Amino acid sequence: MGMGIDIRNKLARRAAEEIHHGMVVNLGIGIPSLVPNHLSKEVTVMFHAENGITGMGPSPRKGEEDENLCNAGGFPVTLNTGGSYCDSTVAFAMIRKGRVDITILGSLEVSEKGDLANWIVPGKKVPGMGGAMELAQKAKKVIVLMNHCDKQGNPKIVKECTLPLTSSRCVDLIITELAVFQVTDQGLLLTELFPPYDMEEVVKKTGCDFDICEEIRNISY
Amino acid sequence: MKNVFGKVTTLETVLAFFHDGMSLMFGGFGGVGSPPTIIDGILEKGIRNITLIGNDTGFPQIGIGRLVSEERAAKVIASHIGSNPFAGKMMQDGRLEVEFSPQGILAERIRAGGVGLPGILSDIGMDNEIVVTNKPKLSLNGKEYLVESALTADVSIVYAKKADEYGNLIYDKSARNTNPLVAMAGEITIAEVEEIVPLGSLDPEEIITPGVFVDYVIPTKGVNWKWAWE
Repeated sequence: MGMGIDIRNKLARRAAEEIHHGMVVNLGIGIPSLVPNHLSKEVTVMFHAENGITGMGPSPRKGEEDENLCNAGGFPVTLNTGGSYCDSTVAFAMIRKGRVDITILGSLEVSEKGDLANWIVPGKKVPGMGGAMELAQKAKKVIVLMNHCDKQGNPKIVKECTLPLTSSRCVDLIITELAVFQVTDQGLLLTELFPPYDMEEVVKKTGCDFDICEEIRNISY
Repeated sequence: MKNVFGKVTTLETVLAFFHDGMSLMFGGFGGVGSPPTIIDGILEKGIRNITLIGNDTGFPQIGIGRLVSEERAAKVIASHIGSNPFAGKMMQDGRLEVEFSPQGILAERIRAGGVGLPGILSDIGMDNEIVVTNKPKLSLNGKEYLVESALTADVSIVYAKKADEYGNLIYDKSARNTNPLVAMAGEITIAEVEEIVPLGSLDPEEIITPGVFVDYVIPTKGVNWKWAWE
C-alpha cells in the first residue's frame, strides 16, 4: 500500500474504535488485518471468515500451524474460545442474514454515494469477486480503509467510480491517512482529520465535494 | 473391517469414473480441504477438457490449481481465480472459460444442486454486469431477484477427516468449507479421507455429511504440496 507501518496502524486503530463488545466482524486482507491489535482487552468480538470460521484468533506461532485451520486467504490462524466451524453456505448465511456487524476492507475507489470498487484493476487480470459482493452488500456496516490517493496521486474518493463496482451505495465509513468521512444520504461528511493534514490538503486530494462536520476531531494518535 | 456397503475402495477403482470432457466438482477453499490423492490420480490418468466447479482455482501447485496449471480444465465455475496466475493467463489467452459467481451464491448453487432444487433466488450483485449476464430475473413479493441455477457434476470429490464404512463423514476445522455441499451435488461422490473407521465408530451427533450422499471412500496419501505459508 506504500504506507509506513505507523500510518497503517493509525488507520487500523481508528477502525477498531467502531468495534464494540460482542460484535461479529469480518476483516479483509492488508491493513484491516491489523485491526485486532488495537482492540481493548474489555472488547471480545467474534471474527468471521468466509471459509467457515466464527471466532477466528491470531496467527499461530511458527511451527504450530495447522494446515486445516486457515483464514479465507489460505494462511494459518487459530480459534478463540467459543469459536466454531461451519460450511461455506452457513458462513455466507451469517453475512446475508445481516448477522455480520462490521466488515472492514480496502478499496481502489469509493464514490460520494458510497459505491465500492475494489475487485477489478484495469489492465490486469480479473481475479473474481470472491465474497466481496455479499460482504459489501449485506454486512450491517461497511468500513473502507485505504490510501487517500493512488500511486499516481489521483484521488480514490470520487464523485463517480471509474472502475467496475463491487457493490453500489454500500460504504458507511471511509478512513484514510488524511481523514475520516461518514457516507450519508446527502453525500460525504468529513468528521475527523489526522494531523498534520489539514482541511486544505483534504479538499485538494479528494475527487468530490463533501460536507464538513461542525466539530472536527483531530485524531491525536 | 467388513466393508458391508462396498463403498471403501481404492484410487484405481474410482479413477474409472473420470473421463475427458467431464464435469468435476471439488471441495476446498484455497486448496485447504481439497483431496490431494484424487487430484494426483486425475493428473496421472491424463484426463482433459474438464469443467471444474468449486470455490476457487487454488494456487498453481496447490489443490485443484494443479489441474489448471497443467491445462486440464476447459472451463471453471468459481468465485475467485486470483491466487492462481495460470488461470488468469489462460483466461486472457482464451484457453480457459471462466464463469464467476459470488462466493456465497456459488455455495448455494452447489447446495441447490445437492438438495434437488433447480435454482435459487438472489439479490447479490444485481447491479453488476458480470453477475447478471444471461440470468433470468423474477419478481417475488414486489421485489426483483436474479434466478441463479443449481449446479451438479458428473463427479464430486471431497476431502474429509474421517469416514465410516457407510461414507458418513466428519471434517477437520476450516477444511470443511465447501465439502459438505459438494458431497451432495455429484452424480457420483468420492470422499478421500484421512481415516476410515468401522460402522458405529463415529458419534451420530457429530456426522456432518450422511453417508447417503457418498458413493465411494478412499484413503488419502496426504497433502503432497507445499503451502503458500510454508
